[in-house]
Amino acid sequence: MKKFEKLVSRVVPLPIENIDTDQIIPARFLKATTREGFGNNLFRDWRYDSNDQPKADFVMNDPTYSGKILVAGKNFGCGSSREHAAWAIEDYGFNVVISSFFADIFKGNALNNGVLPITVPDDFLEKIFAAVFADPTNELTVDLETQTVTINATGDSFEFEINPYKKSCLINGYDDIDYILSQKELIEDFEQTRPFSFYK
Amino acid sequence: MGKTLVEKIWDAHVVKSQEGFPDILYIDTHLIHEVTSPQAFDGLRKRGIPVFRPNQTVATADHNVPTLNQHLPIQEELSRYQVDMLTKNTKEFGVELYGLGHPYQGIVHVIGPELGITQPGKTMVCGDSHTSTHGAFGAIAFGIGTSQVEQVFATQCLLLQKPKTMKIEVNGELAKGVGAKDIVLYIISKTTAAGGTGYFVEFAGSAIRSLSMEGRMTVCNMSIEMGARGGLIAPDQTTFDYVQGREFAPKGEAWDKAVDYWKTLYSDEDAQFDAVLQFDAADIQPMITYGTNPGMGIGISDAIPATAAQPESEQPSYEKALNYMGFQDNQKLIGHPVDYVFIGSCTNSRIEDLRTVASFVKGKKKADNVEVWIVPGSKQVEAQAKEEGIDKIFEEAGFILREPGCSACLGMNEDKIPAGKYCISTSNRNFEGRQGPNARTMLASPLTAAAAAVAGKIVDVREVV
Repeated sequence: MKKFEKLVSRVVPLPIENIDTDQIIPARFLKATTREGFGNNLFRDWRYDSNDQPKADFVMNDPTYSGKILVAGKNFGCGSSREHAAWAIEDYGFNVVISSFFADIFKGNALNNGVLPITVPDDFLEKIFAAVFADPTNELTVDLETQTVTINATGDSFEFEINPYKKSCLINGYDDIDYILSQKELIEDFEQTRPFSFYK
Repeated sequence: MGKTLVEKIWDAHVVKSQEGFPDILYIDTHLIHEVTSPQAFDGLRKRGIPVFRPNQTVATADHNVPTLNQHLPIQEELSRYQVDMLTKNTKEFGVELYGLGHPYQGIVHVIGPELGITQPGKTMVCGDSHTSTHGAFGAIAFGIGTSQVEQVFATQCLLLQKPKTMKIEVNGELAKGVGAKDIVLYIISKTTAAGGTGYFVEFAGSAIRSLSMEGRMTVCNMSIEMGARGGLIAPDQTTFDYVQGREFAPKGEAWDKAVDYWKTLYSDEDAQFDAVLQFDAADIQPMITYGTNPGMGIGISDAIPATAAQPESEQPSYEKALNYMGFQDNQKLIGHPVDYVFIGSCTNSRIEDLRTVASFVKGKKKADNVEVWIVPGSKQVEAQAKEEGIDKIFEEAGFILREPGCSACLGMNEDKIPAGKYCISTSNRNFEGRQGPNARTMLASPLTAAAAAVAGKIVDVREVV
């Protein structure tokens, strides 16, 4: 996993609630057996029409908006557990997703792929949308070390929460498997002590 | 202080708990399928490590398989390749596969319970959000991403934060024509699609207790649709009776020991939940969804809520959903024409669901304007339906019993609903494009779906049963 570094970037605003993983990456694109290339189909049916032509009114097709930060309405990433959603977001070039609420599985998948999901209060989310709609060149600063996200133009800042273990994984580029593999002996000991041996 | 059911099972599986770190949780059973496993097997190859406990891992092919002519090679090239990869990977890593052609093949959340793999007190995971289904047996069961599939392959464990717990009680008697699917659609319409996020939900109360195991599976299956990590129901005699005698259920002395343990699996009287919700079964009508998330559901005789009644910040998304569905504020759905009826998915494809449909359509014909797809959850369900003559009843009504798979629930195979068409579906998600680009999905119970197949439009089943 890539190390997560301090980020200053413009944002792509998507003020829609309950964006589910079927929108992020429709099921018909889940047939690949590798992790690469999902970015091309990120938000496929919102981005392209049935003839594969870009839809001009979708924000990702609007050159005014760009950047490594996606900002979306509440309950982002609900629905299917498909990690392909996180892969698509990462592959497209987003390093951060900001919302006022994330679905659990998506949040975990994002963190396991070096994408930082930041939960902010509703009013702070509104401030970000207001800033970017007022001027799309407005940038945010995301500093994982200090756990802050700042709207550079206004100086408004919010200190977000993240599990300290996950924070250190992102900063150092470690993944969970490296850590659990180091605990193998403990796991084998646990298996010997399980009282309910009828489970296989 | 007492413990909740979730806490009892969780605590019995913690390998290591350390301040500032997530718990290392031991996983008893890992179910896998073709779509979310190939990258995880690749990860093992890159690290040069085996599947740690292949005997605790079971595979099937379900998401990407055709539901007609399963004896022939899969026509769609990418689907065939993905299913072939599962065969190759499971062989290489020594994992049991119930693939196409095997009498145990089927939707992963249907075969686990019917084979007796799903048992009370277990921790179970699968790279599929509807793993919550298995919670119906009093197990901690939840969906995971592919990186976590790789973790479980490598270590039979996951790194997890202990979840919060919620109790949802439904008490009272259900009205005629109202079943498990209506209960859960009703609950989600009250909690919203995000109301359970961060929680494991324990379903309780007399209306839940009165459900069969299959009904309980339908309820727990859709707990993810309120955002919950999982749902579960304390095991009781109904549970034990269902599990006993199944292929992988404990036998003999082991069975007695298991039941003794399972009887300890309930939330203590003084256990503290982080949230408690209570509903009255008498308030529940047959339910139907009108929008693009499962929280957008109404009683069948109610009108679609007005956009202006939604919180202001949510109005644009609400309007977008109604536009997508082609519905208006305050519209009633009874009498609305239906183009497709899909009866299947891990929510409602079990034998009881097929029996419900068969007993309704027996001696009737499907409406001419409707295409009906009935997809059994597994080869065993299919065989049972044939043994009971259910396939013949369907044929006389003008449709066929197809072969098992996830099918039109997510439209990965060729079973896609065409753009703009309305489908009454017994599945679990009505997201935009879920059943095919621009398809319009209305979620409902198997009985409501069967009634729509016959009438060609939405009907209130309370008036026809």
